[in-house]
Amino acid sequence: MFLKNSTPAETIALTTPAEPVKPGAVYPVIEFERVTVRYGKDAGATQALAESSFHIDKGDFIALVGPSGCGKSTILKLVGGLIQASDGHVFVARREVGAADVRIGMAFQNPTLLPWLNIRDNVMLPLKIARPFRDEWRSKRKGEYRDRADALLESVGLRDFGEKYPWQLSGGMQQRASLCRALIHDPTLLLLDEPFGALDQFTREELWATLQALWMERRPTVLLVTHDLRESAFLANRIMVMSARPGRILMDERVDFARPRTLETTYQPEFTSLTQSLRNLIVAARGGMAGHP
Amino acid sequence: MTSVNREKIASAVLIVGVFVLWEVACLLFGISDLVLPRPSQVIVTLWERWPALMPHAVQTLYTTLLGFALGVSAGVLIGLLIGSSRLAYNVAFPLLVGFSSIPKVAVVPIFVLWFGSGTVPAVLTSMIISVFPVVVNMATGLATTEPELEDVLRTLKASKRDILLNVGLPRAMPYFFASLKVAVTLSFVGTVISETVASNRGVGNMMLLASSNFNVPLVFAGLFILAGLGVALYVGFSLIERRVTGWANRKTDFAAG
Repeated sequence: MFLKNSTPAETIALTTPAEPVKPGAVYPVIEFERVTVRYGKDAGATQALAESSFHIDKGDFIALVGPSGCGKSTILKLVGGLIQASDGHVFVARREVGAADVRIGMAFQNPTLLPWLNIRDNVMLPLKIARPFRDEWRSKRKGEYRDRADALLESVGLRDFGEKYPWQLSGGMQQRASLCRALIHDPTLLLLDEPFGALDQFTREELWATLQALWMERRPTVLLVTHDLRESAFLANRIMVMSARPGRILMDERVDFARPRTLETTYQPEFTSLTQSLRNLIVAARGGMAGHP
Repeated sequence: MTSVNREKIASAVLIVGVFVLWEVACLLFGISDLVLPRPSQVIVTLWERWPALMPHAVQTLYTTLLGFALGVSAGVLIGLLIGSSRLAYNVAFPLLVGFSSIPKVAVVPIFVLWFGSGTVPAVLTSMIISVFPVVVNMATGLATTEPELEDVLRTLKASKRDILLNVGLPRAMPYFFASLKVAVTLSFVGTVISETVASNRGVGNMMLLASSNFNVPLVFAGLFILAGLGVALYVGFSLIERRVTGWANRKTDFAAG
């Protein structure tokens, strides 16, 4: 199978979906083939992502780290189908983005809750929109779906806030609600854009554990963009470090600490040395902004 | 709570005060009721002539509401078309501004020419005058929807229709209701103008006849009727607005209820 360990020469032929996905087989759920993204046109264009190719396996947990403005969010938006590649191809579940039959849950940098819905209705939104849940929206929204939303809200400490409106909650609480919204439809692909950025240290560490437990239980493929190196090392199986704009992948490293990881893990010397080497790399990448392409 | 009540009482006192001042000024300066009748005279006329006035009031209300309903429906449709695409919005907006800056009074003779006098031109005038505020506000509400909110739905593979129903329309509701309150008042203006120019029924026509008979208290009675109808509809829409778009005003009582 050329799917595994494919070389660039082979994967260029992948412009149309090749063979059907076999149930149970491990295949890359996300494939970037020489993807470039430019914003704007011609002379005024800024290149956000320089020709990047990589694969992400189904059920893996990836953290994307790098200096700000390096195109981390651009990668998430490409996978989520929110923007299109200027050059190259993005495949999700072996189909062009958009055509892929994958349930995506996405949490953005801002909570982006709909202000006219209360928190519970906001969390339930994906069940109203995404297949196959939407077919049963009318019959289940007052029962099963509602319970599901409440259970999820309780797990992030928002049990009593379902009836409140977004503006009645603090930024951190809104962010947690937005995380619930990304999870409620049991996505197989979870795209998280600095979801814990606005939270205090303690809540953040609690949610790391929550997210890890959830990942271990349901094994979605997770793509996490973060500035927090401890967060990336705590949560991810694989860390991709990106260069300054135009972003390219500088380092792609697996993280093999045993799961479930605890806060104890973060005090081990291996953990510290990992975060330190990540840090050095990013500092170098930032410094290299002017000099290197 | 008490401060809100105090404001309400103050508003009521102000309204009553204006009428009292008007009454007193007329008496004090001996103003003839051919020029400016006293409010008490107007109210007495209103009371005595009510059986004859009511059909006119009903005609005006009916014409206005029909025209308003047509105008709002057309306005929402056009607004949806223009607001749902940035291109359409940018292309159509200059034309829209051009149309909306035409004094609608000027089109009444044209309607009379086309449809004769009576109810039809009044409905049409009322309609055309109420279309534009609705179109402009709907289109603006839709076109200024935060792309981030649409992105939330797009990652869920929502159709254009899903996005419109779940983000676009709710987002545009505060704009829509703001325009309704403007449109319903304008709509009365349209009806009355048309009734004055070309009709044999309605409050506008009644006022015209009364003024040609120098029955000035009756003219003012017509004004009072119009004011009453206008205020009633305005209040009605405000109440609906508060229920539907309270989220935009961050009303605490909205969240509770």
